[in-house]
Amino acid sequence: MTADTATAEPTGPSRSEIDQTLRAILRDVLGLDQTQVDAFDADTGLFGHLPELDSMAVAGLLTEMEDRLDIVIEDEDVDGEMLETYGGLLAFAEAKAVEG
Amino acid sequence: MYSTWPCPLHDGGMADEMVMGADTRRKRRVLIVAPLLDEANKFRHQLAEIMRRLDVLGLDSFLPDLPGCNESLQAHEHQTIEHWRTCVQEAYFQISATDILAVRSGCWLVPTDARSWLYAPVKPAQVLRSLVRTRLLSAKEAGKQETAETLLETARHSGIELAGWSLGPQLVAELENAQFSPPPGSQIIEHEMVGGKPLWLRAENDWDPTQADAIATIVSRGASDK
Repeated sequence: MTADTATAEPTGPSRSEIDQTLRAILRDVLGLDQTQVDAFDADTGLFGHLPELDSMAVAGLLTEMEDRLDIVIEDEDVDGEMLETYGGLLAFAEAKAVEG
Repeated sequence: MYSTWPCPLHDGGMADEMVMGADTRRKRRVLIVAPLLDEANKFRHQLAEIMRRLDVLGLDSFLPDLPGCNESLQAHEHQTIEHWRTCVQEAYFQISATDILAVRSGCWLVPTDARSWLYAPVKPAQVLRSLVRTRLLSAKEAGKQETAETLLETARHSGIELAGWSLGPQLVAELENAQFSPPPGSQIIEHEMVGGKPLWLRAENDWDPTQADAIATIVSRGASDK
């Protein structure tokens, strides 16, 4: 398993950890294969692109992100932009982890 | 396979509720406590698979409906965690259970003096948060603006419907404030011990034979140790 992040930028270990955890959460919540989530890059479309990601799945995704990443996601944080691409969701998770 | 059990009601009455069971009067009798709310549906098939495996391994098992849940005719909005706990205690005695296997939010209902396995227990506040979030996302899709604060304020006084579940004010308060801690006599089955993708996260109901094997084996080994 690689520890590549969704961006081409060099990353520290904690960022890789968030990346890997986020991929695992998407795999578990959406019932995707590991190979599929390993292939996600920053531009991979999520909400509106993955048929598995409906609004019920979004609720599960956010709750699981809070649990596994030890962050708190406020309802006003949730918008189309953060869920649009994998890169957007990862950037959001990283920012929240820094806040926490 | 299906029969009924006399279940206490919140108003002091009794009602027959359904129980699914494999009763051949064997030494080990496992009471299964299903998750509450949405995860009850997600786990129903898996629980039946676990019961089949327990049967093969030589253990009787029973999955009783709690009032307001599954096939029960009682209104969900009248139910509370406190009363469901009373019902589980009652079922434990009526069935003459020797062990309990509780799953996710079902772990909150396990009596303190029972030998029990708690599979992947969840925090009550987390369940409420997820329900509120689902409602907010649905409202947003429908073009309505709601906030968690106003929803919970209403819910505390007059109850609320979240993700299709009618929650009375007491149940809302219990979910908001209850702190779960494993009771004496219980053993936690972490999902890592079971492996695979957690079924409660799946948007669509699913089941997993390998996970069912693992859980049934853990329970049967534990039971035969005693």
